[in-house]
Amino acid sequence: MIALSDFLILGALLFSMSVAGIFINRKNIIILLMCIELMLLAVNLNFIAFSHYSGDIAGQIFVFFILTVAAAEAAIGLAILVVLFRNRHTINVAELDKLKG
Amino acid sequence: MTQNLLLSIALAPLIGSIIAGLFGKQVGKEWSHRAAIAGVAIAFILSAWVLKLVVVDGQTYNQQVYQWLQVGSLSLEVGFMVDALTAMMMVVVTFVSLMVHIYTIGYMHDDDGYARFFSYISLFTFAMLMLVMANNFMQLFFGWEAVGLVSYLLIGFWYKKPTAIYANLKAFLVNRVGDFGFLLGIAGVLMYAGSLDYVEVFTQAPAISEKTMTIFSGTDWSVMSVICILLFIGAMGKSAQVPLHVWLPDSMEGPTPISALIHAATMVTAGIFMVTRMSPLFEFSETALSFVLVIGAITALFMGFLGLIQNDIKRVIAYSTLSQLGYMTVALGASAYAAGVFHLMTHAFFKALLFLGAGSVIIAMHHEQDIRKMGGLKKYMPITYWTGLIGSLALIGFPGFAGFFSKDSIIEAVHASHIPGSGFAYFAVIVGVFITALYSFRLFFLVFHGKERFDTHGDHVPHESPAVVTLPLILLAIPSVTAGYFIGTMVFGDFFGNAIIVHTEHDVLAHHAESYHGVIGFILHGVTALPFWLAMAGVATAYYLYMLRPDLPTKIQQRFKYLHCVLENKYGFDDFNQTVFAGGARKVGQLLWQVGDKTVIDGAAVNGTAKLIGFTSKMLRQIQSGYLYHYAFAMIIGLWLLLTYFVV
Amino acid sequence: MEQVIFYCFAALLLFASSMVITVRNPVRAALFLILAFFTSAGIWLLLDAEFLAMTLVLVYVGAVMVLFLFVVMMLDIDLAPLQEGFTQYLPLGIFVAALITIEMIAVLGASHFGLDIVAAPIAHPEGYSNTKEIGLLLYTIYVYPFEIASVILTVAIIAAITLTLREKKSKSQDIDKQIKVQAKDRVRIVKMEAVKKQESES
Repeated sequence: MIALSDFLILGALLFSMSVAGIFINRKNIIILLMCIELMLLAVNLNFIAFSHYSGDIAGQIFVFFILTVAAAEAAIGLAILVVLFRNRHTINVAELDKLKG
Repeated sequence: MTQNLLLSIALAPLIGSIIAGLFGKQVGKEWSHRAAIAGVAIAFILSAWVLKLVVVDGQTYNQQVYQWLQVGSLSLEVGFMVDALTAMMMVVVTFVSLMVHIYTIGYMHDDDGYARFFSYISLFTFAMLMLVMANNFMQLFFGWEAVGLVSYLLIGFWYKKPTAIYANLKAFLVNRVGDFGFLLGIAGVLMYAGSLDYVEVFTQAPAISEKTMTIFSGTDWSVMSVICILLFIGAMGKSAQVPLHVWLPDSMEGPTPISALIHAATMVTAGIFMVTRMSPLFEFSETALSFVLVIGAITALFMGFLGLIQNDIKRVIAYSTLSQLGYMTVALGASAYAAGVFHLMTHAFFKALLFLGAGSVIIAMHHEQDIRKMGGLKKYMPITYWTGLIGSLALIGFPGFAGFFSKDSIIEAVHASHIPGSGFAYFAVIVGVFITALYSFRLFFLVFHGKERFDTHGDHVPHESPAVVTLPLILLAIPSVTAGYFIGTMVFGDFFGNAIIVHTEHDVLAHHAESYHGVIGFILHGVTALPFWLAMAGVATAYYLYMLRPDLPTKIQQRFKYLHCVLENKYGFDDFNQTVFAGGARKVGQLLWQVGDKTVIDGAAVNGTAKLIGFTSKMLRQIQSGYLYHYAFAMIIGLWLLLTYFVV
Repeated sequence: MEQVIFYCFAALLLFASSMVITVRNPVRAALFLILAFFTSAGIWLLLDAEFLAMTLVLVYVGAVMVLFLFVVMMLDIDLAPLQEGFTQYLPLGIFVAALITIEMIAVLGASHFGLDIVAAPIAHPEGYSNTKEIGLLLYTIYVYPFEIASVILTVAIIAAITLTLREKKSKSQDIDKQIKVQAKDRVRIVKMEAVKKQESES
């Protein structure tokens, strides 16, 4: 039998990996977005695992909503990316420092 | 005696003042002085009537006129208390004031501030009347401050003259010191008597005199002594006693009529009047009386010395005033209140006469005040000369003149007194007689006799002043001679009745009253006594030094250079005040400015806040790189910290 | 059997995700991400979440990842500067990731969530429908959040369109122009010569 901890550790590894991804690919905004998708995936995995082992279907409802929001986020994020590229002709995060104080 | 009568006396000068002051431009010069003089004249005539009612019909008056406000059980009121002391003061004040008003027409007729001047002196008369007619401490204080204010305005009357501004500021500040003591004294009265009404306070005086208070821990002070000394500190400021005398000589910067009215005849006597009024309190404190006596003696003697070396005609008279005020104070200290007030009255007449005479001389000399540049004015100004002679004789106490009676009774009273310090005081007043005669006749001889040292400016010669100037001189000369003859009733008689209370063990005048056998007897006695011969010696010395051997004073001056230097610097009071108090205050101000304001408030609080914010922002600004991944890193590290916190 | 499947899928998932974060080319990263989604859908199936597994495949692989690929290919990205400093932050990234992993495993590991603590659930009976269960919850208790989610999606669509829309190429109507239009603006009559018969005959 697979233990709950196995799923949770898998989720943790996935999460940590995407954190490392953010550090490594700090200049490429597309991969940053992908890393965020991976993080959400890890979270969803946890939700479903807990839902399964506790026998409460409500956890899956949350995953449903997270998927919805993630989809919306991806759509808007990519839209912003397109506008950004159109205006500045780059998506290099290192060059996007308009917020500098 | 009715309330309306008293109200008319007080308010007539006020109305005159308002007309001259607020509507001076509209009504013109003529009507300004007419209104002011009419107001004071009404006050004088009614005051004389009041005096008649008090003295002849034996009436007194003590009632509340108006309640100003009520604070808890304390009621602040305007009220009048009229007895012999008040009535006499009212007559003296209004009479001298009237004379000065008339004189002013001649003295100030070319001045731009003509109406303003009349407004001020009428206002002053009003304030002084409120002061003397008060029946409670509150109103007394009002009058006290009001005369101080008018004095300030009048010393600085020529407000474009820097020395006048300096002098009026000085007068005001020095008076504030005295007023501070006075206010504390009033507070003490209120604290222990629970009332500000004279009669109530006086009835409680025996009870208060037994109380003690603790000012510094471990020391017990007699409440009555503390209150009386505090009140007397107020009197020291107003009546220019050492060491608060410094403002009076400088106040000669004001126009001469003012010197006559305020700084010789009336305002400076407010302190004497107040102490006399408070005699039921002072009698309970021998300490306070002794203090008064010693201060008065110091003033009488040492201020006289200063008169010897002054060359400004008005300053000589100013120092003479200081010295005479010292005499009055000595009389108060010796519990001879009646003698003090009697001297106050006679002094008011002859000192006003001397000042107005000096003013007349100043007009003739075209505002030259240095007596070394005068001389031989006798033949040009006969009226001024003769009235001046009368004034001088009265001042030195020549038998038969007003000053003789009052001063002699003071000297005798001090001689009979046994309170601590009376020995010194007796010495001071005796020496003072000689000094007074010396400086008075030095002035007299230098001005009216000898060579004509003034520059005649070609064809111009000095001439007698107009009638508006000489008339007051003549009118003042009369009481300067005759006022003394009231000595029988005022000093040795029962003139003041209950207005002055003297305990029998202090009653030095009663002792003399037994040996008093009429005016002639007093004169005859006086002629054989020491003071008379000292005065004569003073006159003779003055004659010798300034008429026969005019070269001698310079030699003496060179011989006693050090002493002259001390006198020249007025014993260093001014320098002391200038360096210690003024300089100290300036140092403190500098300190507060540099450290308190600039460093702490400006530097630390105001700019410091801005700088701190700026510095913090600069630090925080480093964090705001604008790079997305830096924010992402921060979030992740925050997440990690949070996780660590929960795990651990 | 289940364990074998789980470990295979887990290994595949970790491999795919590590590729996502390390490959240089965004297109390949996107493709590996698709693989990661597929494998995690498989893992979800192991957890009896059939509906969500299908949704993940349909929505993510079918829509979102296609969108990603679309954008990546559409934009003319100069990849060279994006890969600068790739290794510079690698140690730090690994270090932080390792820290987080260790801490998370300490919390979520077998000592707290092992089989002996959290027992495996009883298998669902025959005829159990995961989709039906979710539907029952979603349309009863979670009906309002569900509606809100739909609104969020609508907003996202509108936002995405508005953001990317170019003002000048607007497809909105211009009523003025529509009214002013004349027949000759729309219809062009072309006169064509009839073919000469003679030539063809000759």
